[in-house]
Amino acid sequence: MSDALLNVEDLRVSFRTDDGIVRAVDGISYAVGEGKTLGIVGESGSGKTVSSLTTLGLTRSRGSDISGRIMFGGQDLVAMSDEKLRTIRGNDVAMIFQDPLSALHPFYKVGWQLVEAMQAHGSISRKAARSRAGELLQLVGIPDPQRRVDQFPHEFSGGMRQRVMIAMALANEPKLLIADEPTTALDVTVQAQILALLNDLQNRLGTAIIIITHDLGVVAEVADDIAVMYAGRIVERGTAQEIFNEPQHPYAWGLLKSIPRLDSPRGEELVPISGRPPSLINRPSGCHFHPRCPYVQDSHKQIDPRLEPVASGQSHAAACLLEPSVRQRIWRGLREGRDLESLQRLAASSNGQAGGTSGAPPAPATASSTPPSGAAPQEPS
Amino acid sequence: MSSTLIEVRDLVKHFPIKRGILIQRQIGAVKAVDGISFDVSEGETLGIVGETGCGKSTTARLLCRLMDPTSGSVTFDGRDVLAQKKDDLKALHRQMQMVFQDPYSSLNPRKTVGSIIADPFVIHNLHTGKDERKRKVQELMDRVGLNPEHYNRYPHEFSGGQRQRIGVARAVALEPKLLIADEPVSALDVSIQAQVLNLLRELQRDLGLTLIFIAHDLSVVRHMCDRVAVMYLGKIVEMAPGDELYHEPRHPYTGALLSAVPVADPSGGKRERQLLSGDVPSPANPPSACRFHTRCPKAQELCSQDEPLLEVKRPGATGVAACHYPLTDEEIRLQLPAALTRDGRQPAAASSPAGASGEASSASSSSSST
Repeated sequence: MSDALLNVEDLRVSFRTDDGIVRAVDGISYAVGEGKTLGIVGESGSGKTVSSLTTLGLTRSRGSDISGRIMFGGQDLVAMSDEKLRTIRGNDVAMIFQDPLSALHPFYKVGWQLVEAMQAHGSISRKAARSRAGELLQLVGIPDPQRRVDQFPHEFSGGMRQRVMIAMALANEPKLLIADEPTTALDVTVQAQILALLNDLQNRLGTAIIIITHDLGVVAEVADDIAVMYAGRIVERGTAQEIFNEPQHPYAWGLLKSIPRLDSPRGEELVPISGRPPSLINRPSGCHFHPRCPYVQDSHKQIDPRLEPVASGQSHAAACLLEPSVRQRIWRGLREGRDLESLQRLAASSNGQAGGTSGAPPAPATASSTPPSGAAPQEPS
Repeated sequence: MSSTLIEVRDLVKHFPIKRGILIQRQIGAVKAVDGISFDVSEGETLGIVGETGCGKSTTARLLCRLMDPTSGSVTFDGRDVLAQKKDDLKALHRQMQMVFQDPYSSLNPRKTVGSIIADPFVIHNLHTGKDERKRKVQELMDRVGLNPEHYNRYPHEFSGGQRQRIGVARAVALEPKLLIADEPVSALDVSIQAQVLNLLRELQRDLGLTLIFIAHDLSVVRHMCDRVAVMYLGKIVEMAPGDELYHEPRHPYTGALLSAVPVADPSGGKRERQLLSGDVPSPANPPSACRFHTRCPKAQELCSQDEPLLEVKRPGATGVAACHYPLTDEEIRLQLPAALTRDGRQPAAASSPAGASGEASSASSSSSST
């Protein structure tokens, strides 16, 4: 992926705290191509926000250790000096934050804040910047922009504030836009407006976008590629189609099966992920997901899986110790609504005959394995 | 299937807007809830959906009489909730309990979990023996999936999902008939939401609870509810059995809501998005007549002059919608996510032989659509 706009290689970020070292991001690699959208999905505390803040140099502090490389336009953002990074931040790479109310300064008019963003990065006259501020507000769909530039953030509604944030991020025509939970604080109709706006702007301006969210629906709508994060690592990576149609990691299955979906049969039982996200100070041994994984085998508690391609030469990769063919069978079973026990047996049986079955044809596998106990639905008690 | 448990008629709540320091005079009112009526049968789950500020949480509080309405009536189990005196109200609250949105602020941080869950017993003077009370509380903790040994811990020692379980345990302690859950999962992580949703359904089945489930997430409401009411600016604009509402919405607002939901399927999301322009108007100064007419793609002159009533919009349907120009079948087909329009029931039946079909049918038997 030499043509990628942003290339993150083995990025590690840890924070020294009184309780111990928090390994927020632990060796992640990803790339974003020009004009593409990458979705990063994960729960709170999975390191998704820290990884993108690091791209902008916003996690640099005395208590943090950052290693790895973030290549952007031929330069390494990790090694770059603060002064140099400042010319890139808000200029070539811009960010939209989750909470637009706290990301805008309450004492300054919106227009002033937009002008400031432009003047910080280019020699643009105040007057030109002001008229461009109006244009930007128009671009993001704020009605009556000439009047709105002279208003304060509190005079805007939540959705409008988020539009202002997007306008500000776009002020210097960035090549890369990082959107951290841009719609989480918004209502669904407004969320749809903002996503449509991002999509439209991307088509017109060719901006690459990294969208960070916990909402699988949102990434399915906008992302070309998806990275699923858990406990500071990327546990699965692939195109949106691959992640949603052939997910490989039990955590990704958990996420997909635990949300009620409009397109799933009504009344279908949700399959929650048991337990809760691990502490990033004392992470579980072996596969970090093993305490919550229903298909865990003894060996998984010792071996730390690496992110490996599902099939050789593919970009779709997962960090899971189960055999790819077994994973495929389990996911099929999950989709058919098979009960958990038979799937767990499937995982256990494959553990014994380890290796060598990765090329097995998947179609007969589902037919030959234990049939679903059709008549007796799995009733939780 | 069974008798009506709660009956709401023309419920109105206006919050006054006042000006002046010493001599305050009212200069207007926020019309949070402005004339809503509905019934909930015993054992049924009614969902209330709507965007921020549509009055759904206010409705919840009015039903429990945590707030006094401006006008209207609420009849619970044959008794007029609004006429109850203080002591009677206490007895009434034994029958109706609430689960709150924020598991962080709805639990007293200075009390142990044991005493939080025991509070309803203290208030109603039940299970007075010390050992008996403890045993009862531990039973409840076990019931909602908490470790009974954590009896003496404080709320901060629990995660968000566990705290919500504490809130649920407290709410079901008195074995109420009605449980009102106000956004019970919106503060939780995705992987935890399902745990709490499953718990609520399980309790409903086992205890025969009637549930009023308030949420802004349409997928969650569809999963949980037999019947759904859609609110907009203090009014119910559409109310229908779950399947009918999601497959054949008649109100343009419902259609737009469904159209806006992101669907977790990269290939199935292709549809003509019905994007609403602008934001929800202020409830202090709502638009005249049909309140949705300022944002409605189908609005005509009539909509700003004559207020539509909740009516059945198609012969044979049980749902009602308040609209002069309801959506046509063709519009529904264009706007909705593919999964809902190509009759989502067909692939559903084929793909879940084991699922929870038994449970689904029992939950929705009262409202099965076709």
